[in-house]
Amino acid sequence: MDQLLQHGLNALMLGGTYALLGIGLTLIFGIMRVVNFTHGELYAFGAYMMYMFVMLTGANFFVALVLAVVLGVALGAAIEFLLLRKLRGADIDTTMLVMIGAWIALQNAEQLAWTGVAKSIDNPFPAAPLVIGAVSVGWNRVFVFVVALALIAGTYALINHTRLGKAMRATFQDRDTAALMGIRIGTIHTATFALGSGLAAAAGALLGPVFVAYPTMGDLAAAKAFAVVILGGLGNIVGATVGGFILALAEELGAGYVSSGYRDAMGFLLIILILVFKPTGLVAQKERIG
Amino acid sequence: MKTGLTTLWVGCLFSIPLWMTDPYVLHILVVTGIFIVAAMSLNLLLGYAGQLSLGHVAFFGIGAYASALVSLGFNVQLAPGIVLILDPQPVWCGMLSGVLVSGAFGWFIGKISFRVRGAYFVIVSISFAEVMRLVAVNWVELTQGPMALNNIPPLTLWLPGVGEHVFWKKPENYWLVLSVAVVSYILIRRLVRSRAGRAMVALRENEPLATSVGIDVTRYLVLTTVCSAAMAGAAGALYAHYIRIVDPDVFLFIYTVTMVIMVITGGKGTLAGPIVGGLIFGLLPETLRALAIRPEVQWIVYGVLMILVLYFLPAGIVPAVRQWWQRRRSDAAAVRAST
Repeated sequence: MDQLLQHGLNALMLGGTYALLGIGLTLIFGIMRVVNFTHGELYAFGAYMMYMFVMLTGANFFVALVLAVVLGVALGAAIEFLLLRKLRGADIDTTMLVMIGAWIALQNAEQLAWTGVAKSIDNPFPAAPLVIGAVSVGWNRVFVFVVALALIAGTYALINHTRLGKAMRATFQDRDTAALMGIRIGTIHTATFALGSGLAAAAGALLGPVFVAYPTMGDLAAAKAFAVVILGGLGNIVGATVGGFILALAEELGAGYVSSGYRDAMGFLLIILILVFKPTGLVAQKERIG
Repeated sequence: MKTGLTTLWVGCLFSIPLWMTDPYVLHILVVTGIFIVAAMSLNLLLGYAGQLSLGHVAFFGIGAYASALVSLGFNVQLAPGIVLILDPQPVWCGMLSGVLVSGAFGWFIGKISFRVRGAYFVIVSISFAEVMRLVAVNWVELTQGPMALNNIPPLTLWLPGVGEHVFWKKPENYWLVLSVAVVSYILIRRLVRSRAGRAMVALRENEPLATSVGIDVTRYLVLTTVCSAAMAGAAGALYAHYIRIVDPDVFLFIYTVTMVIMVITGGKGTLAGPIVGGLIFGLLPETLRALAIRPEVQWIVYGVLMILVLYFLPAGIVPAVRQWWQRRRSDAAAVRAST
């Protein structure tokens, strides 16, 4: 029973970051119809920025975190502006392939810049875990969870209660009508891609210090984000949030009770179950966001 | 005229080992040929059915593992008390099972992911490849995990006039791969010009319309996936018995990316596209290596090239050249007409 509780707690902590990754990806897909293969690289970028600022320049951990997210937003905006802007009318396969090209180039650029050796990043949290009854959790994981929840709440607020969010929702529902109503679609796309990228970079900046930073770390993160997005239904933010926690729980239980070697296969198993029994995703009634 | 030219081309390709004796060059040609077969199989899905399989290396790897395992034999405990034992079988048997097992997995993946349209097939195929890699790493009893399957026997065939022959040397492997490539090419050509092929193109161009004239879209998509997977499995089986060692790294994503780049650059949905793209990207790494360029830089070049091709030659090299050739000919005809 204690073991089960511990797994549940671990899943809760992990689920926050999975949800963060999934929301960014699902937003970009929902609004822009782009399957964003650079998502994992933005995640890795966030982690490497933490490494740069904390380990190489000795900056304060929290300042570095903010900087990493800001730079992630900037990189996302740059990718959208340079690569996707001209392809707005192109079919989904073309943009997907362009993003795959960008993914390969970015990942190898990371390897070139920081070598293939994994980098560990110091964190300022006490090493002793927080013990609650029979279960325990590291302070760094608690911090990650709290920040992830705050960012998710912030994204919800942005989409549901601001003018920009309203424009995003309108673009999601009908791009052409939104454009006729005077919404600048280009700006909305840049903002969406920058926001999604920022969320991915934030997830990387949060988890980098918990694990280590290495060039291919983004591949696994992207695979999980895709699983989360399919679980919730493509383009569904609530679905992605729920999906993140479900994936984390499935992985924890799978690793704990089946075999730790197949931990990363749980996402695929869930995808198959979803496609067989409820292909539109767990939460979806109709495709919508917010 | 056209068939004569093609025959001449193929004859030239077959004659290469007669005058080119450098084993390293032949080795590169063999590996490139294997990848061209894999790229042709991907083209069937990506080019004709319009479905991007980003886990295509999974079928390649399954073909390699299945073929190697059948020819090596295995002894696996599936559940307590249930033991599956297979004695080593002849290599051609192994290759055949590589093709069949890959096709079966293709059926499963197609059946699952074509329940929904859109990006689902991409994502399912990519995570399928990752799961296959995890299985290859973790199921040590069957696959030897990271220790890899070693000493895979090369193909032994009874040839008319020669008798039992073992494919040890490079030239004979080259001829083997080239023959498989030619057969695959003919098969794909027949397939895309058949009723099934026309149905595929119809559904790529306009799915609702295809459905409205009575084409069972999902059935044809699954059928295409099976054919494509089986062909990729054949390439994997060739690879296993040529390299003679298979480890979980055959499932690495970069191999899928290589195939995708080959198809896109050459021209998806054209018969010659994967061959042109395959030759370029099969031989390019060797050129870059000769220039002492680091692998990371090579991959950055690949990524950037892919983006540039999509921007400036969205249809690929083969259609672009064809268009240029036709324009030249019609220009020449116009000049002749005016003088």
